[in-house]
Amino acid sequence: MSAVSATAAAVEGPPAYNEDVIKKFTLATVFWGVVGFLVGVYIALQLAYPQLNLGLEWFTFGRLRPVHTSAVIFAFGGNALIATSLYCVQRTCRASLWGGPAFANFVFWGYQAFIVMAAAGYVLGITQGKEYAEPEWYVDLWLTIVWVSYLVIFVGTLMRRREPHIYVANWFFLAFIVTIAMLHLVNNAAVPVSLAGTKSYIVWSGVQDAMTQWWYGHNAVGFFLTAGFLGIMYYFIPKQAERPIYSYRLSIVHFWTLIFLYIWAGPHHLHYTALPEWAQTLGMVFSIMLWMPSWGGMINGIMTLSGAWDKLRTDPVLRFMVASVAFYGMATFEGPMMSIRAVNSLSHYTDWTIGHVHSGALGWVAFISFGAVYYLVPRLWQQPRLYSVRLVNWHFWISTLGIILYITAMWISGIMQGLMWRAYDSLGFLQYSFIETVAAMHPYYVIRALGGVLFFAGSLIMVYNLWRTIRGDLRTEAAVQTPVRVAAAPAE
Amino acid sequence: MAEKKEVDSLTGTETTGHEWDDIKELNTPLPRWWLYVFYATILFSVVWVILYPAWPIGLGDYTKGVIGYSARADLMRDLEAQRAERAVWRDRFEAETVTEIARDPELLQFAMGGGRVIFADNCAPCHGSGGAGAPAFPILVDDDWLWGGTLEQIHHTVVYGVRNDHPEARMSEMPAYGTDGILDREEIAAVADHVLHLAGRSEDNERGREIFAEQCAACHGDDGKGMDELGAPDLTNDIWLFGGTRSAIIAQIRQPRHGVMPYWFERLGDAELKQVTIYVHALGGGQ
Repeated sequence: MSAVSATAAAVEGPPAYNEDVIKKFTLATVFWGVVGFLVGVYIALQLAYPQLNLGLEWFTFGRLRPVHTSAVIFAFGGNALIATSLYCVQRTCRASLWGGPAFANFVFWGYQAFIVMAAAGYVLGITQGKEYAEPEWYVDLWLTIVWVSYLVIFVGTLMRRREPHIYVANWFFLAFIVTIAMLHLVNNAAVPVSLAGTKSYIVWSGVQDAMTQWWYGHNAVGFFLTAGFLGIMYYFIPKQAERPIYSYRLSIVHFWTLIFLYIWAGPHHLHYTALPEWAQTLGMVFSIMLWMPSWGGMINGIMTLSGAWDKLRTDPVLRFMVASVAFYGMATFEGPMMSIRAVNSLSHYTDWTIGHVHSGALGWVAFISFGAVYYLVPRLWQQPRLYSVRLVNWHFWISTLGIILYITAMWISGIMQGLMWRAYDSLGFLQYSFIETVAAMHPYYVIRALGGVLFFAGSLIMVYNLWRTIRGDLRTEAAVQTPVRVAAAPAE
Repeated sequence: MAEKKEVDSLTGTETTGHEWDDIKELNTPLPRWWLYVFYATILFSVVWVILYPAWPIGLGDYTKGVIGYSARADLMRDLEAQRAERAVWRDRFEAETVTEIARDPELLQFAMGGGRVIFADNCAPCHGSGGAGAPAFPILVDDDWLWGGTLEQIHHTVVYGVRNDHPEARMSEMPAYGTDGILDREEIAAVADHVLHLAGRSEDNERGREIFAEQCAACHGDDGKGMDELGAPDLTNDIWLFGGTRSAIIAQIRQPRHGVMPYWFERLGDAELKQVTIYVHALGGGQ
């Protein structure tokens, strides 16, 4: 950029950012988060106490489970991603949203309509039966229109940027938006039975459909729940910590390796199936090579605090963000390990998988989103600070306890379940019947549900805190500070 | 805006000179350990790809890997080993009758081990775990048998099932005395009282006894002890499949319900059918 225009920009100051639509997406994030957590708690309780399906088809686990997964991934996570990406892209490009407020509002209302149409379908039994891609063809088409609009706004804003370079967070957001569009189109290629009906048939068949589904499914994890949220991390951690990003070089290398490797890892969901063996091997080795690219993001997130570690003591919002990156590191170590065929033969189809997913979903995705929302709300509603930082601290500890109960219960239950399935007695007969494994898991299901209740309770504390903040209240309170431990004896 | 590299005072590292919305970047080199572990995973992957089936070459073909591993061959080997291990007793299970098997202590032990799991995975959903039964699903731990409680009788019931579409299935139906207009309300009430009397729970009544002898005794026997060949329940032991209250008995006479059980010989092998038969026989009431 020439010196003249740089001076002009400095004189003009920042453009008028579109913050109205960010507010809407932020509120939607919180709303759908609470809905999704509540449904999750309810179906967790159903697994422990099946009578809770009330004998009504609309409340059965099979119908509510996609309501939970879609609500937390696409409604909570999706709104968080759109809110943060549109906030970040404006500020790091010093440009307002391309297409103006009306176009941005269309994406907001269009996306909420997608969520409501999808969820209503699940409860009424309308589904493609593809995990994380349950909505039928009419919802898929609608989402395509909304998603392409989102892409156009994002790219349009990048193109009118008044900065010479594109910030790393925006690389991740762009990779997320483009890849999700591609995954969505390929995996949902379907022929409707009639234009007046809801039912359609997927064009892929047999093992190719399975492969397409898990290419989609794993990259929904890789690009929706990872790349997109890394975008959040790259903007909000340096802002909250007021520190520079740890390593520019690491961000380049781990971005391109992550993007290149993730897309091949899907077949590890289909070990020991009809999927050709060579594809299973490739899925496994690409997953193993993903370990360090994933950890590159963790290192960059955590090490951004170098020189500012003391802020963790006083700032629970930053603590949410850093804990989320730590959970991200844990889940991305566990993932490659579980993709190894021999490990997978024990872990697959058990609760271990559920525990693994939730250490990523609750620990990484939700925590970084909470951090971003706590950052955004006072700034968007022009308040000097949050209503109460101490309540953030309560939210942090209650949720963390919930996650720990959840994932440890699922580890124990899942490994026990896997071992019981493969146990033989001295005569060579299976040691346990299926129902005995279910009965053995009951206590862990109760503990998991308790973990979910705690996580949900934490989110209600957040709602209260945000509501008071938006109203303009400031709680008079002592600063959050864990007491400094002074060494009683000199080091030997 | 101007790209100005500076040294971060807290870490002593130079920045890249870029800045967005007050965010700067340090130009820290890649952590060595990170890079070396990344190389190690790549090396591991290359070795793995050489060793195992890994790469498509043309349509329908792929590199087989230098150690010649195949999951399918692995499975076949496991199954073969299992078959060989079990052949000792499996052949005898297939050659001998359930009664003969049950007499041999060693085979009986195998039958009980296998039958327990087969029962839990296939039969327990209706008959309850351990054969405890459920309303409308017979209890298997007592000595009351609808279709007979000897090994041979149980085996037949398990193999062919009850009231399904197989020609060898156990088959019988009690007439609907009320809805088919054979008996009127009072007659049904009287015979229900007689049935309760047979179970020792009501006074004798002349009218009920007469109707029972005329209408019911042909299947349930003059003494109400039932008949295995017809699946006609013993009415004297106070064990009731569809409920033992007066109104439940009246309902059953008026318009009877009939249980159905699938045949298992297509789902389970010959040896498994015999194992589960012996297991059920041993649950408590085998005759």
